[in-house]
Amino acid sequence: MSQVDPSDAIVATDRKTLVSRLRAILPAHCLLVEDEDLRPYECDGLTAYREMPLAVCLPENEGQVVDVLRTCHQLGVPVVARGAGTGLSGGAMPHAEGVVLSLARFNRILKVDRDSRSAVVQPGVRNLAVSEAAAPYGLYYAPDPSSQIACTIGGNVAENSGGVHCLKYGLTVHNVLRLRVVSIEGEIFEIGSAAPDAPGYDLLALLIGSEGLLGVVTEVTVKLVPKPELAQVVMASFDDVAQAGDAVAAIIAAGIIPAGLEMMDKPATAAVEPFVKAGYDLDAAAILLCESDGTPEEVAEEIARVRAVLTGCGARDIRVSQSEAERLRFWAGRKAAFPAVGRITPDYYCMDGTIPRKRLAEMLAAIAGMERKYGLRCANVFHAGDGNLHPLIMYDMSLPGDWEKAEAFGAEILELSVALGGSITGEHGVGIEKIKQMCVQYATPELETFHAVKAAFDEKRLLNPEKAVPSLHRCAEYGRMHVHRGELKFPDLERF
Amino acid sequence: MTRDEIVAAIRAAHAGRTPLRLRGAGSKDFYGGLLAGEVLDLSGHRGIVAYEPTELYLSAKCGTSLAEIEAVLAEHGQMLAFEPPHFSANATVDRQIPAKTGATLGGCLAAGLAGPRRMQAGAVRDFVLGVTLVDGRGQVLDFGGRVMKNVAGYDVSRLIAGSLGTLGVIAEATLKVLPKPVAETTLAFACAADEAVRRLNDWGAQPLPLSAAFWHDGRLLLRLSGAAAAVDAARRRLGGELTVDGEKTWISVREQTHPAFAATPLWRVALPSTAPALAVDGLCAIEWGGALRWYAGDIDAAAIRAAATAAGGHATLYRAPESLRCRVDPFTPLAPALLALHRRLKKVFDPAGILNPGRLYAEF
Repeated sequence: MSQVDPSDAIVATDRKTLVSRLRAILPAHCLLVEDEDLRPYECDGLTAYREMPLAVCLPENEGQVVDVLRTCHQLGVPVVARGAGTGLSGGAMPHAEGVVLSLARFNRILKVDRDSRSAVVQPGVRNLAVSEAAAPYGLYYAPDPSSQIACTIGGNVAENSGGVHCLKYGLTVHNVLRLRVVSIEGEIFEIGSAAPDAPGYDLLALLIGSEGLLGVVTEVTVKLVPKPELAQVVMASFDDVAQAGDAVAAIIAAGIIPAGLEMMDKPATAAVEPFVKAGYDLDAAAILLCESDGTPEEVAEEIARVRAVLTGCGARDIRVSQSEAERLRFWAGRKAAFPAVGRITPDYYCMDGTIPRKRLAEMLAAIAGMERKYGLRCANVFHAGDGNLHPLIMYDMSLPGDWEKAEAFGAEILELSVALGGSITGEHGVGIEKIKQMCVQYATPELETFHAVKAAFDEKRLLNPEKAVPSLHRCAEYGRMHVHRGELKFPDLERF
Repeated sequence: MTRDEIVAAIRAAHAGRTPLRLRGAGSKDFYGGLLAGEVLDLSGHRGIVAYEPTELYLSAKCGTSLAEIEAVLAEHGQMLAFEPPHFSANATVDRQIPAKTGATLGGCLAAGLAGPRRMQAGAVRDFVLGVTLVDGRGQVLDFGGRVMKNVAGYDVSRLIAGSLGTLGVIAEATLKVLPKPVAETTLAFACAADEAVRRLNDWGAQPLPLSAAFWHDGRLLLRLSGAAAAVDAARRRLGGELTVDGEKTWISVREQTHPAFAATPLWRVALPSTAPALAVDGLCAIEWGGALRWYAGDIDAAAIRAAATAAGGHATLYRAPESLRCRVDPFTPLAPALLALHRRLKKVFDPAGILNPGRLYAEF
């Protein structure tokens, strides 16, 4: 492997040359170059990080994508692909010397096929639109990130998005069958297929979750699954978060894989309830939402088992949704947790660490300590079934130093996630936000391998540069070491 | 055998440009390109490293047998949901090296072969959470981890699944495990192949607890798995005839000891599940809801490859005498752009090209 370290700065781009070359290949309405037109693209869902691009390209067909990429490759100009811009890690934040390649106009569903249970869609199609198109056939697309009304399939592929149902139905990587990809050199290749187990290396697994660093997707074949006949939610409240955490483990130990298993702590329910009126128990230290789906017989059987387990774990109150409307109301609070917290604080910063489920109580205790340390409040929502925690750190951008405190708070949560045996990101991606924490999760040989993989696809490192995988220089500057294979103990662990 | 010994062996081979042939139990010596290189026997690097039933993962060293892993999982009512074949019965292809007790974890991941539950549960790679890889330079690399969700860095651990040992030695791996279904039953239907494919796709689009399908010689077997109530309800709805020796049959399908797989050469054709019958004789079995079809006999390689490709799939020469295997590529050739990408990736992990050369594609 060559020693690839993308620390050399991208050379400044001659904007005039770039724009005139792009004008030659794109119609006027597909190219934005004026500051006021570029402004909406300066950040994604992570608004704390902003950068203005030199231009935004909005191609309407694959030929134009190929032309844009070829041109940028020739000129050595960075390219940041973008879907709906709902990402939470700054993955779609522009490069100051580069162009944004928006796939927003690739918004057609090309085919929905009931018998083969698949759909062929363009990357700019919204996640929920796929399920809506499949609904007449009794099918749906399983991964359901909370932003599914707005986020696109292309963005989901880039981030390997999850959702509240991924414990049972998998992440994007488990639900995409085929991708059509354009390389930075403008070469088109197809990976995966409607037939299982395409020959050669599993490039689908490599491309999905690669955060726009390896290629630009122009078409996606997704798997559709039959919509269960019935779904019901059990809502349980607990006096103690540790008890709620034990209940999650007990459900799994009983051999149950619920369709969804979510937890919210008291600050989260307190934020949500006035907003959504979901009927949450506001006195509880934590509530659990456990969904069961399947045939009516199956759901009845599973709900009875879940109820018994929860009772055994000391749940103080258990309610089961009695109608579809009530089920959706129970979920509405969870799905609206982010905007609800947004109503009670000027700004909030959402983290995305994963931890082994059994370490949950430890993590929440540590977060409570960090709230005191940084003087900031934090509400916790948790994809409990798969150990993915979303602490929402509340701060005020207008107060000097507040953002820096929030950022340090978040970094501490992520680094503790790694120390507890987890990961810095479960579904939001590394982007620009967690680039430093990658130095904590991975050691030099792994980072070098990532850079070499990147170079195998994009030798000039023009696709979304300086994101997702940190340069070794950056890690050295950050000065925080990867705890290599547990040979060093996390020095602070005992305190929690 | 320790990991350090694996590292030392690979470093020496890298320095001396010695091709290595990675081997677990040898149960899949028949699969892929012809065997070449000095044997690096990994069966001694064995043992379950960690198993946490409530965290739904198990970590083991590469030489651990699937039989051992599945026995430990069964004690906690759990399973490897992709139902991998063990091939213990026919693990004697290479007579110089006697087969051991059946497939190892490392071989299972390297081959990426899943069993009857594939269409419902997913492929081997869908259950890979992390790997410790020793690459072609003898570097120890950790990718992924032990948690269900982890999108930090490229998903190299899933890339390794099915790479036939060409990217590194999977020294250790962590897999997602799942609870065994509470109830399981097998139904039989008399029908021709076309009708079987039609029915499987129709059922597949409905919320039914299907977990496996197998058609052979005018008889379609359907396995239902899940909650007892769900399996009962589906059985009443689907009709068919209840079979008594279902479990045994599914093991024979998984292990390919079923008579359907007796003839050679045996071709494994993966297709979109709805693909109409190929214009090729020798169809001997259908699995995976219609998406996996087996052909046996004296079949023209170019013809079956062309038919599979035209139908949107691919054909693998699965089991064949050496006289045929040295003339026909085992896997469908890659498009030029993809082949170039494969070569570059191979170079990333194995710059000297010493790991299982030619086992996946003759070009690397």
